[in-house]
Amino acid sequence: MNAILTLCLLIGALLPFSVAHAATGEATVQSGSPMLLELTKTKLSKMPAVVEKLEAEGGDAYLPLFRTWLAGNLYYVKSNRSLVEKMGSGKQVTFQAMFSGDPMPDLKKKQVKKVKVNNKLRGKLRSVIARIQLTSEDSSVREAAVRELLAKLDKNVIGILEGLHVKEQNLDVKAMIATALSLYAASDKSNSQSVRLSAIEDLSDSLENDVRNGLTKLTNDSNKAVAAAADEALVSINQRVERYALVDQLFFGLSLGSVLLLASIGLAITFGVMGVINMAHGEMIMLGAYTTYVVQLMMPNHIDYSIWVAIPAAFLVSGLMGVLIERLVICRLHGRPLETLLATFGISLILQQLVRTIFSPLNRQVSTPTWMSGSLEINPVLSLTLNRLYILAFALLVFMALVLLLKKSSLGLNVRAVSQNRNMAKAMGVKTEWVDAMTFGLGSGIAGIAGVALSQLTNVGPNLGQSYIIDSFMVVVFGGVGNLMGTLVAAFTLGIANKFLEPTTGAVLAAILVLVFIILFIQKRPKGLFPQKGRAAE
Amino acid sequence: MKIKTLASAIALSGATLIALPSMAADTIKVGVLHSLSGTMAISETTLKDTVLMMVEEQNKKGGLLGKKLEAVVVDPASNWPLFAEKTRELLTEEEVDVIFGCWTSVSRKSVLPVIEELNGLMFYPVQYEGEESSKNVFYTGAAPNQQAIPAVNYLKDELGVERWVLAGTDYVYPRTTNKILEAYLKDMGVAEEDIMINYTPFGHSDWQSIVSDINKFGSAGKKTAVVSTINGDANVPFYKELGNQGISSEDIPVVAFSVGEEELSGLDTTPLVGHLAAWNYFQSVETEENEEFITQWKAFTKNPDRVTNDPMEATFIGFNMWANAVKDAGTTDVDAVEQAMIGQETPNLTGGVAVMNKNHHLSKPVLIGEIQDDGQFETVWETDGVVAGDAWSDFLPGSKDLIADWTDPVKCGNYNTETKACSGQNY
Repeated sequence: MNAILTLCLLIGALLPFSVAHAATGEATVQSGSPMLLELTKTKLSKMPAVVEKLEAEGGDAYLPLFRTWLAGNLYYVKSNRSLVEKMGSGKQVTFQAMFSGDPMPDLKKKQVKKVKVNNKLRGKLRSVIARIQLTSEDSSVREAAVRELLAKLDKNVIGILEGLHVKEQNLDVKAMIATALSLYAASDKSNSQSVRLSAIEDLSDSLENDVRNGLTKLTNDSNKAVAAAADEALVSINQRVERYALVDQLFFGLSLGSVLLLASIGLAITFGVMGVINMAHGEMIMLGAYTTYVVQLMMPNHIDYSIWVAIPAAFLVSGLMGVLIERLVICRLHGRPLETLLATFGISLILQQLVRTIFSPLNRQVSTPTWMSGSLEINPVLSLTLNRLYILAFALLVFMALVLLLKKSSLGLNVRAVSQNRNMAKAMGVKTEWVDAMTFGLGSGIAGIAGVALSQLTNVGPNLGQSYIIDSFMVVVFGGVGNLMGTLVAAFTLGIANKFLEPTTGAVLAAILVLVFIILFIQKRPKGLFPQKGRAAE
Repeated sequence: MKIKTLASAIALSGATLIALPSMAADTIKVGVLHSLSGTMAISETTLKDTVLMMVEEQNKKGGLLGKKLEAVVVDPASNWPLFAEKTRELLTEEEVDVIFGCWTSVSRKSVLPVIEELNGLMFYPVQYEGEESSKNVFYTGAAPNQQAIPAVNYLKDELGVERWVLAGTDYVYPRTTNKILEAYLKDMGVAEEDIMINYTPFGHSDWQSIVSDINKFGSAGKKTAVVSTINGDANVPFYKELGNQGISSEDIPVVAFSVGEEELSGLDTTPLVGHLAAWNYFQSVETEENEEFITQWKAFTKNPDRVTNDPMEATFIGFNMWANAVKDAGTTDVDAVEQAMIGQETPNLTGGVAVMNKNHHLSKPVLIGEIQDDGQFETVWETDGVVAGDAWSDFLPGSKDLIADWTDPVKCGNYNTETKACSGQNY
């Protein structure tokens, strides 16, 4: 009741509305417009017409409405059909009046209905928003608005753009508008041949997708000279696109390599340095990923920082589990590789089922922090995804920290001593059992850290570890057992090889080819890329 | 409070566990053959719970033919050969009267020889590739013409799609479905170079280059869509990568056949909003039957956040039809129930009535939905009436002339209408 009363008052207050001023960004609109009522009544298929009418009626005053609608947050109150905006998500949903922004705390989810939106409508809304934003204050918003309109050029838009082109101060936006004008001029058949040809000439250094689409259409133009020029421009554009595609592919390879590196680096210690075949390595990764999930559950309002808590937490959880496994099982099977393999395989199954029982067999949702989502756009055809970029840097950082630890610290010295000659180390007073436990804990802890990174890329479920265990062993064996540098080189080699094979052979065959290559390679060089030399080799 | 409910839940489940084997022999046994461990546990445990819920409901109504129903749950552990062994165990040792089970096609194929040899009865509740009709199996999920073909029609007619990416996981369901779709698209005049087919291994997680390929394929000036038969787990990284590379559902919509409410409940749906799925059921459909079913399900699982999905509706329909057929036949004898099944009608949860056809497939409505930010689907299109499930595709050269008809005089799962002969092959 309260809400309705406020709303009635509100409508009354707003009736003598003033037209919004674009520069202030604050819009005042007539909430009682009959067009707005249409929103709550029209069928989805008839909505595009309503959008057009709304644009004609309110223009930029309706910008917040269009944005809310596009985001799927536009609702209306069932009883009086007034529009409200949904705030928040999940269980903490609240509503506020559209336009005025007055909170409506009494409104329950059951009392409102969503104003539907589908793909067709989203496209429509986007172009309407773009048209409105052509006069935005922010130059990057203007540029994005022009880019959005590239695919939807018509006489009206061109008229507006021509006016803006003269006034525009920002060079980037000016260039983008010029591209749009050229694109339209090139495809407009009423223009003379020379105008069209020079327009195509101007387009030939643009990498915009819509420009390429436009030129592709022009290659079938009835005017032979225009078609030939479009073809020529396309060839030169495509050459540049190909070059960037190569860079893209290299980045994909490095990124896959970094994932392989993270997954296998822990194994490089437990298997490579200690010589334990640990089939439960994948489950250590899984535990790390689940730790990330639990950490996010505990701090739901600070997802952006949760990763920084999750990294040490995952290291501890997986590391402690590793120490436990080493003390209880592996140390009793010393020097019996076959039994170790079977025992650790059993542990891996136990851990999987344990997770299934505790967390359910369904995948768990791990959110990506906002600073990790999206991509770094270098130009229209080359953009590097941020999460992959961070993970690449993170993998290298972990690797360097580990190398330092093994080379410079006393633990590292002990580990190397024990792995080279256990009896001699024992004779020198090294507590080999303690070193074994610590080394295994370290390897497992790093697997846990890898789990934190992988939780950002793939499913967090009981089977997470299984998909990485084979790859991890492959990398360690290929790189040379017991050699961290080898693991680094092997991970990136395999990653890049895989990504360069994939476009031609498909993902399934690429994986097979890489495996076949490794088998052949191991035949030739059984000790991997960087075999250990000297006494350590025995 | 919470501890109390938990304790009572444990006590209850303990009670059922003890109660089951101690029941008298005079019960009707319902076998449940769904993986409770291994990779498929993620999807199949839900269906096990659905069957248990249905059994409980039926017992509340007084059971069937004056007897109580008793569920016999086994765990084939996502291990395909084990499905055959467990079926044999259910039919010979437990002597169950009906089995509800299987998810993947390969598990069903593994069960078929056993269930035909021992003359059992199975209900299969998942959308599948078709090209099969067994006397002993009822298919309550969608055949390709009840899911894939309408989805393609929607994309073509409503969204004006001209270029097609058929992406799938590398196993029998996507391969066969894509073969049917490719033939169908070519029939409609789509050129070879406008179709891109891509297969990836199970659980594929590195989608960077494939998504970038799809993006390139879609930048040719023609509206492009992805028809995805990518299996459960691999979907999350796929959609995440689409979002990361900035491909929105307006640029290149993805219509999926294996992504339902259950799969969406495990992920952040923001990058998926606007992508599509084709099913015969959505939880969001507002009907009285559906509301009742959802309330029942949430109460049964004691979890107010649990979602329902299409294979659950298929299980629901299958179970109700079986119960009615047993009542009609007056016995649980497989041959009698099989004949009584044909022509059975039972209400859909989405409104209307599902009918069991002579070919052991259902007539059901087809819905296309857009993914919303709350993990639910918004129905954007549906077929006018129901679509009859087609056991043999009309678009594949080998199966064009085949029909399945389990009534007299044909009584055959693969009857060739040209040569007027039954191939004699069992399934």
